[in-house]
Amino acid sequence: MKIPLSWLREFVELSESVDELTTLLDDLGLVVEGVQSVGEGLEDVVVARVDEIRAIEGADRVRLVVVDAGSGPLEIVCGATNFAIGNYVPLAPVGAELPGGFVITGRKMRGVTSNGMLCSARELRLSDDHEGLMILDDLTTPRVGEGLLQALGIVPDVVFEITVEGNRPDAWCVEGVARDLATRLQRPLASPPLAEPNGTDKTATVAVAEIQAPDLCGRLTISVLRHVTVGPSPSWVAQRLLAAGMRPISNVVDASNLVMLELGQPTHPYDASRVASRTLRVRGARPDETLVTLDGVERTLARPGRGLGDTGVDCVIVDGDDDVIGLAGMMGGSSSEISDTTTEVLLEAAFFDPMTIARSSKRHRLRSEASARFERGVDPQLALRAAARFVYILRESVPELEWLAEPLDVRGTMPAPVTVELREGDVERLLGVALENQEVTRLLEGLGFRVMAAGSTLQVTAPSARLDIRAGAAGRADVIEEIARLHSYRLLPRHVPSWPSPGGLDDRQVLRRKLRDVVVDLGGVEAWTPTLISDREFDAVQPGAERVRITNPLADDESVLRATMVTGLVQAWARNVERGEGNVILAEIGAVFAHPSAGEPRLTKGGVGGSVELALPRENERFTILLGRLEDSAVTAVALWAVMAARLGLSEVVVRTDLAPATFMHPTRAGLLVDRASGAVLGRVGELDAQFLQSVAPGVGSRRAGVLDLDLDTLSDRSLATPRSDNASVPSRFPSALFDLAFVTPEGLHAQDLALALRASDELVEDVRLFDVYHATGLAQGARSLAYAVRVSSFDRTLSEAEVAEVRETLIATGAALGAVLR
Amino acid sequence: MTSSPLKDLARHVEELLATVRELTSMDGALEAEPTITGKRSILSTLQKSLGSLEPEARRDAGAQLQEARRVVEEAFATRKNELAQVARSEALASDRIELGDVIVQNVRWPVDAGHPGLVASTQRSLEDVFVAMGFRVSEGPEVESDWYNFEALNIPPAHPARGLWDTFYVELGDPETVVLRTHTSPTQIHLMEDAVGSNSLPIHAVMPGRCFRRDTPDARHLATFHQIEGLVVDRGITFADLAGVIETFTRAFFGPDISSRLRPGFFPFTEPSAEFEITCTICHGEGCRTCSQTGWIELGGCGMLDPAVFDAVGIDSEVWSGFAFGFGIDRCAQMRHQIADMRALIENDVRFLRQFS
Repeated sequence: MKIPLSWLREFVELSESVDELTTLLDDLGLVVEGVQSVGEGLEDVVVARVDEIRAIEGADRVRLVVVDAGSGPLEIVCGATNFAIGNYVPLAPVGAELPGGFVITGRKMRGVTSNGMLCSARELRLSDDHEGLMILDDLTTPRVGEGLLQALGIVPDVVFEITVEGNRPDAWCVEGVARDLATRLQRPLASPPLAEPNGTDKTATVAVAEIQAPDLCGRLTISVLRHVTVGPSPSWVAQRLLAAGMRPISNVVDASNLVMLELGQPTHPYDASRVASRTLRVRGARPDETLVTLDGVERTLARPGRGLGDTGVDCVIVDGDDDVIGLAGMMGGSSSEISDTTTEVLLEAAFFDPMTIARSSKRHRLRSEASARFERGVDPQLALRAAARFVYILRESVPELEWLAEPLDVRGTMPAPVTVELREGDVERLLGVALENQEVTRLLEGLGFRVMAAGSTLQVTAPSARLDIRAGAAGRADVIEEIARLHSYRLLPRHVPSWPSPGGLDDRQVLRRKLRDVVVDLGGVEAWTPTLISDREFDAVQPGAERVRITNPLADDESVLRATMVTGLVQAWARNVERGEGNVILAEIGAVFAHPSAGEPRLTKGGVGGSVELALPRENERFTILLGRLEDSAVTAVALWAVMAARLGLSEVVVRTDLAPATFMHPTRAGLLVDRASGAVLGRVGELDAQFLQSVAPGVGSRRAGVLDLDLDTLSDRSLATPRSDNASVPSRFPSALFDLAFVTPEGLHAQDLALALRASDELVEDVRLFDVYHATGLAQGARSLAYAVRVSSFDRTLSEAEVAEVRETLIATGAALGAVLR
Repeated sequence: MTSSPLKDLARHVEELLATVRELTSMDGALEAEPTITGKRSILSTLQKSLGSLEPEARRDAGAQLQEARRVVEEAFATRKNELAQVARSEALASDRIELGDVIVQNVRWPVDAGHPGLVASTQRSLEDVFVAMGFRVSEGPEVESDWYNFEALNIPPAHPARGLWDTFYVELGDPETVVLRTHTSPTQIHLMEDAVGSNSLPIHAVMPGRCFRRDTPDARHLATFHQIEGLVVDRGITFADLAGVIETFTRAFFGPDISSRLRPGFFPFTEPSAEFEITCTICHGEGCRTCSQTGWIELGGCGMLDPAVFDAVGIDSEVWSGFAFGFGIDRCAQMRHQIADMRALIENDVRFLRQFS
């Protein structure tokens, strides 16, 4: 919202500097996004008349324009096309300095010298309009060569661009901002002059107002204005609108806009002669009724929308024939629009149900200045005051204006006034500091609250403009926020709380940190790949499978939730390979998603009021590592896992051949990480399939990449990922005996299983470690030789040769039982 | 009738098909391709000879020849496919590794420094500060129902405040009932519900996590980003405690010369609400371009928990009070490292990633 300082000063005396005011507004929660000077730096700009327009040879974007600015013909090169011979336009002559410090020089373009610049309103910082040149023909008597400031009657001003928070509908106008300032600064708030009805006829004799849907419309007022002459607004009105970012249109429309900006009440003027029976009724639209709104769009009404709980209620204004002539509170229809020939106006000022307007506005994708205000809540008591202000402003350009007596004022369901009880200690309980009741009362009354003391309790009634103030405990918080805000957050105390429970991380968070540290310590680089991927990327891993889809993606290739991070990592790797930086380990921790129909959905509360059980995608947290260095393969991936398993203290995990590997895995280099004790699969290890690499990242050529893909949900569950016993064993002080055993083992016997079996077969066995694997040509298909180094010892003696030999025999027997034959 | 150049066509086709059948390797197939379907093929030679025929005869012969070519090409493609599959299964067989046999001690591993992700390491530093202040760390899901992401946070359907969040909707259930969470605040609701369910109030927790907003990425925003959220629900908690926690955190994380201040803001789930600003980390409060000469930059939002939120989760706001705050992890990283364009965070260029430790 743009608010000129000069306008604010009509409501409250402000002697502060612009910087001081900016700080003050910020501290009141009226965030100043920018401060603009209007009319500053326009001293050199003059009014010029277009006398001639010629094409320039070889140029299709610019034309040569000959203007007269009071001292004879002047040639200007200009790119705009929105003007014609005879129009008056602003000229910045050579040497002029425009707002922002841009100095005009005599430039030569296409062989023609341009002796200045013809300007748009934006270039002059008079409005945001940059559609073409600012056309000055609306001036009552444009005079060639006159200074633009004098011609427009502009007094240099400062405009604050303020963002008003959603809970401050009352502050979305000049008066509302001024009210905050006046309260904070303890200064009086002025009220703008209003008109009184001066007609002799009563409004009810010529017009009808009726609310047929009291839930949708709380109040409908209609004023009848006669002897209207539609024409330009007085220049101060036009300027105010321009400064506030709106374009002046005509005195009637401008008065409506001005009142909205000033007091916050949107009003709608109708051409009375074009409203059947001079009747305005409010009702809900019927299915498939249509309306062509002022923006020229035909809208079909009362259709349920996509929004949760949106049943398609549209509040409409209908005329005496029951024809829809406006979408209430949003936009009027073109049939009853004010035109040059309008002589009688019906002025509607109403209060509509905020939620209804919010839903309609969203459904029709129609956001107007009016709908934005109504959906947040316009003061229901404001309607006739706004009408009086409208008439006052319009009367300045139409002195003969007649406002008929007793404007119509009918009621539907009005919001009930809210009274909140502030008990002793409530303010201190929330803010941590007690404020005097006297100060509390002063602050609240400044904002229009009524405060009644009853003992030590204050009964606080919210003003009608504060529809954001709720009842009960929530309302108490609302009121205390207002107190804190007006008092200033910066003056409130600070206190560091403490509590007896210690902070800390849970098991999963500790595990995640450990795993990340291992990977980083071993040279891994952590990546962040997209959660939202394309169908093609999804299909590369799970062709045709059900996927979790985004209804409104930013782009088609970001429309599906990933089911694995492998694809993203491969693509990240490929881009680094292309840059010659592919000798890298890339790792990512993140969530992957499974469609609820794939089983194990996450059941949660949903629907309106959380009353429905919803099946949401299962989210699986994984740690996926792509080993892309030149020496990497499934083997280095296994080695990396071994270090991680050791870091986590997992003692029961073995690598099993993955008989049904994922599509991205190399089919004969795919393993599963299996916890022998629980049987749980903790992840997969191996190499990426060459065909898969080709399909998602052709750039990597024939390079091999190891992959480790861990399931953190399983890993962080101690019943699934069995930890080593916490009990430590002190090694024996007696010497150990060492010997090697080599077995010829059949296909399918895992080296780790055999090692664990050997280790468990005699309590004297201290350690069994695989040190050689040998695929001999003479052995049976799939058979290989596994050589283990065995260490045996006793806690109470040095083992004799015979005892060692006995253990050796036990181990050989253990091997034999598993099909392993001593070599 | 003159002898047709195609009189031996059937025999030629038979010979070509036999050649195709006899191919035994992909290399052989590629080598033979020119003589089977290519320029040196008999079919191409015959094609050239058709030029001498009368138009009508040429048309007939052309059709015959085209059919013959189709048959040969199809057979060749099929064979190549078979050979490729054979080659792949042979390659896979000879590539086979028994991963359980890997002797880890024998693996050679070049030494190189690794690098944690910038977001992850920033998140960790933030967590560490809050853990030292007595907070636990909690996490929640990225796909949420409307209830957790909005309604329980006092943002009912169609509430205009929903416009504050550009929401990605997930195609599940009724329209607009499932979302990618737009903030980490739904985790607050989960935590409070769980605490009520297990009778384990109070809560002192921070909640880091990934969020999504339907916002075209630019130098300052990504559609996917990370927030950390704080929640305290306890007896006797006040706005002063909130301000004190924010100030302590600010100094601990950004350094002793950076402080914080609050100004009024609006969030549907807190009341009173505040935006919190910290001393500009670029100019240390002197005023610069980054802070628009104010000396302050906005970091996040905070406030006292709204009684409506307590109602939604079944906590008695007469007994318990609390506060919440939240801000961007990526934004902290951006400020600390003065990263000009946030999009660098998702490009995974190792030349960028190697700068962080």
